[in-house]
Amino acid sequence: MKTEYTPNTEGLAEHLASAWDKREGVQPVTVLNPDLSVDDAYQVQLHTIEEEVKKGQRITGKKIGLTSKAMQEMLGVGEPDYGHLLDKMHVENGGEISFSRVLQPKVEGEIAFILKDDLVGPNVTTMDVLAATEAVVPALEIVDSRIKDWKITLADTVADNASSGLYVLGDKAVKLTEIDIKQIGMTLYKNNVLQNTGVGAAALGDPAKCVAWLANKLSTYGITLKAGEVILSGALSAAIEGEPGDTFYAKFSDLGEVRVSFVGS
Amino acid sequence: MDKELIQKLANYTHHAEKEKQEIKKITADLYPELTIDEAYLVQEELVRQKLEEGLTIVGPKMGITSEAKMKQMNVDNPIYGYVFDNMVVEEGEPVSVSNYIHPKIEPEIGFVLKKDLEGPGVTALDVLLATEYVFPAVEIIDSRYENFNFTLPDVIADNTSAAGAIFGTYLRKPEELELDVVGVTLAINGEIKSLGAGAAVLGHPANSVARLANMLSEKGEMVKAGQPILTGGVTAAVPISPGDYVQVKYGGLGDVSFAVKE
Repeated sequence: MKTEYTPNTEGLAEHLASAWDKREGVQPVTVLNPDLSVDDAYQVQLHTIEEEVKKGQRITGKKIGLTSKAMQEMLGVGEPDYGHLLDKMHVENGGEISFSRVLQPKVEGEIAFILKDDLVGPNVTTMDVLAATEAVVPALEIVDSRIKDWKITLADTVADNASSGLYVLGDKAVKLTEIDIKQIGMTLYKNNVLQNTGVGAAALGDPAKCVAWLANKLSTYGITLKAGEVILSGALSAAIEGEPGDTFYAKFSDLGEVRVSFVGS
Repeated sequence: MDKELIQKLANYTHHAEKEKQEIKKITADLYPELTIDEAYLVQEELVRQKLEEGLTIVGPKMGITSEAKMKQMNVDNPIYGYVFDNMVVEEGEPVSVSNYIHPKIEPEIGFVLKKDLEGPGVTALDVLLATEYVFPAVEIIDSRYENFNFTLPDVIADNTSAAGAIFGTYLRKPEELELDVVGVTLAINGEIKSLGAGAAVLGHPANSVARLANMLSEKGEMVKAGQPILTGGVTAAVPISPGDYVQVKYGGLGDVSFAVKE
């Protein structure tokens, strides 16, 4: 008898969603299904997003993860990953995040791209990204994992929407012709204490290159980056854990500041 | 600590520097009880010897200026030493590793003051108001100790590993840019090896100059106008080898590039 492996896309999506009912991280999906490939994992992510869209959520953009050499080495991978942003994930600059909206959040400073034209892969270059970009804005990404203690492999995080949580955009949109994006400096503070610093080039050498990677990667799933979408292009420094009561603040050269606080649920 | 011991320890590190010969740290066997204050006496003697040999001080340099390094060394204060004229490499000239034992490089933000700063009580704002210009710089550090293995007193007695300095020529008034968010990348042969932003230096590079002025005031000294001041590494130090082409870029503050030869 031939036994053909079929990933249980729906079942794994439900497993991840159950983290919200339990209010704690669940077992890695690769423990439930050790054969889960990265492509299978993207199907789990897409299924979850389709369900959210059916419930009325709007896709506002994408996020790119694993853009630093350190993170790629940690997970033993040679390329980034991506997840979807939904309108419910957006938090106003300076806003408060109830801890009921997160499980085990960490905060990263990033540069967000706002597109003015669609980007259709394959063969999208960094130059194409620059031409299709309306402006960039400073951003805080609150990454979160539905998997217990962040014990993730690449397939786990991909299935879990690339560990997306929430995102905050700053108030200043700047044209790429005004800045040298690779040398944008960033400082990340928690409760007014400097946590770390970074620079644009920390994301694969150039944040725009990350967006080009994304456009090309999405084309393999028949997905297009749309004008108006927000693209979080990758962390510029290490992620910092957040607790209720913590205020995070990132300051960027040329792009200004972005701020958010966690409050008890 | 008697004068003879101070001289002996200064001779020890000074000789290692001249011979490009690595040595065991002072606190290993030679004098395990060396304190920070004593180490600065050794450094003063080392400086005196160098001046006597005809060298001149170019400017002060700060070390242990990142939170991570201070935690690692378990200290609350940065340290300082001096760059001498024989350590300066002109921008565009190659750096020769045979002049050192095991050189590493650090991108830094340099200051030149238009008036002297005398502590105590000097603030970062005082520093910015007294600054003539800021510039990009690369410091070459070369601990005379085996494997860069030292305690805080050891490194102070070794002139805080000072070995070389390349001063960039891209000058800016401090009010023209935000020094805490100057984004710095250090690439060797096209590959980024380390990166960070100005705030990695004590929250803001001007804090480093303020700390220097306040530390020097304890000896009745001041930070002098006109001298280039190295404020401390913006990124982790990176080893260099012959064949390397080093490019350091500073967002809004130019770049410094050089080749490394035997």
